[in-house]
Amino acid sequence: MKSEPYISIRNLYKTLGQQEVLCGVDLDVQSGETLVVIGRSGGGKSVLLKHIIGLMKPSKGEVFVEGVNIADVSERDLAPIRKKVAILFQSGALFDSMSVEQNVAFPLHEAGIKDANIIDQKVAEALEVVDLAGEQKKMPEKLSGGMRKRVGLARAIVSNPACILYDEPTTGLDPIVADGVNHLIRRLQKRFQVTSIVVTHDMKSAFHVADQVAYLYEGSIYFKGTPKELQASEDPNIKNFIEGRSEESQQA
Amino acid sequence: MTAFFQYLGLNCLSFLHYLGELFFLAYETTVSIFKAPIRWRLFFIQLQEVGYRSQLVVIVTGGFTGAVFAAQTYFQFHRLGMDTAVGAVVAVSMFRELGPVLTGLMVSGRVGAAMSAEIGTMKVTEQIDALRALGVYPIDYLVVPRVMAMMVSMPMLVCECVGIGIVAGYFVGVHMLDIPGPYYLHYMEKFTGLRDIKMTMVKGFVFALLIVFISCHQGLNAKEGAEGVGRAPTEAVVISSLAILIINFFLSILLNILFPLGG
Repeated sequence: MKSEPYISIRNLYKTLGQQEVLCGVDLDVQSGETLVVIGRSGGGKSVLLKHIIGLMKPSKGEVFVEGVNIADVSERDLAPIRKKVAILFQSGALFDSMSVEQNVAFPLHEAGIKDANIIDQKVAEALEVVDLAGEQKKMPEKLSGGMRKRVGLARAIVSNPACILYDEPTTGLDPIVADGVNHLIRRLQKRFQVTSIVVTHDMKSAFHVADQVAYLYEGSIYFKGTPKELQASEDPNIKNFIEGRSEESQQA
Repeated sequence: MTAFFQYLGLNCLSFLHYLGELFFLAYETTVSIFKAPIRWRLFFIQLQEVGYRSQLVVIVTGGFTGAVFAAQTYFQFHRLGMDTAVGAVVAVSMFRELGPVLTGLMVSGRVGAAMSAEIGTMKVTEQIDALRALGVYPIDYLVVPRVMAMMVSMPMLVCECVGIGIVAGYFVGVHMLDIPGPYYLHYMEKFTGLRDIKMTMVKGFVFALLIVFISCHQGLNAKEGAEGVGRAPTEAVVISSLAILIINFFLSILLNILFPLGG
């Protein structure tokens, strides 16, 4: 018998201004699974991710995390859920007035940990996981794009969340750093058995990290299956996306 | 004609909407102050930023306002042989109007602009979303320490401005314009009292709330991009300055009933 999904999205609609970004998304993510959501830029992938952590409220529909419909929970009462679900923002979203160390230690301070030795140790461990050991004292403006993302990831994992959401983790990175981030996502999943949702349009990254792939097309889930099933699909929409063919290429 | 009323109606609605948002922010902040733990470290940082670092601006404003006001009053009163009343006029004006209004305007320019720019930048760079994602309610973290620092600092800054203005007025009146010092002080003491200090403190406190809520609201609602972040502090200063000037009129009428002029 299949267990209760860790995250369950039912009939999710979101309208921003005049544009209907999500129109009836249904999606389940099992505990410990890595789901990659692919889709075109501006197609609503990040919007979908923000609904899962309650940063956006649905126009219609339900988002269940550990069985709790977070669409009905007030901002203040979302804190306990947000401590279990971490997010890596596309830009890293580091606090620019704080050093790397202070950024990574932030969730620990918020959790009420006072012992400086424990905080230092946990920060060092988290930075080691993202290959940034010894970079504690640097300020965010001194970091490259890839380093910022990795510090953001260290901040996300430092308090051992049950689920990590990744918003375009490899966008804007060179292929070698991007590959490093992909390995990191995989390593985190193996080491901590976290549930992961990765939003990307980088197909190499998708095939590298995914247990399941969902294709978001025109505001709803067009396909969901394993990476192998995705690659084997003969659907022209899916094939064009995987192979990166624009309308002009198809006509030519 | 229909278009005119439509335009007027839309503007009235958007003004009411804006007021609603400000009151909601004030309500949420009040709830946060009583429900959530106070972040004392952030409060002291803001206290330093708002209170300590505004000293120079407030001292210069108060000092030169008191000095020029004493000189101008003397030039008029001297013709009527009322030189010794200059101290009383300067003190009462500084306490009741000039001190709180000028401090409010200067603080809105210095502190309000900085608050809205800082919060606005945090909003467009997703730092506020990051706070929320880490389970921290942005009002607890960003607004409460600023509101508390302003509530503590502004009445003191207003008193400082008034005090420096009175001292500067005394210096100009007695040492530069040769008004007899004992008479200057006698009339000043006769016409000023605790009621004037109360009035200046109440005004300082109200202006603090206006500046901090308007500025934080502009920052939290900053639009995307450099233009949005640039516009937030400009609008914060303009709106809070206008609010101070308008509310000051009604507050003066009300406070004159509660704390009538002495003498």
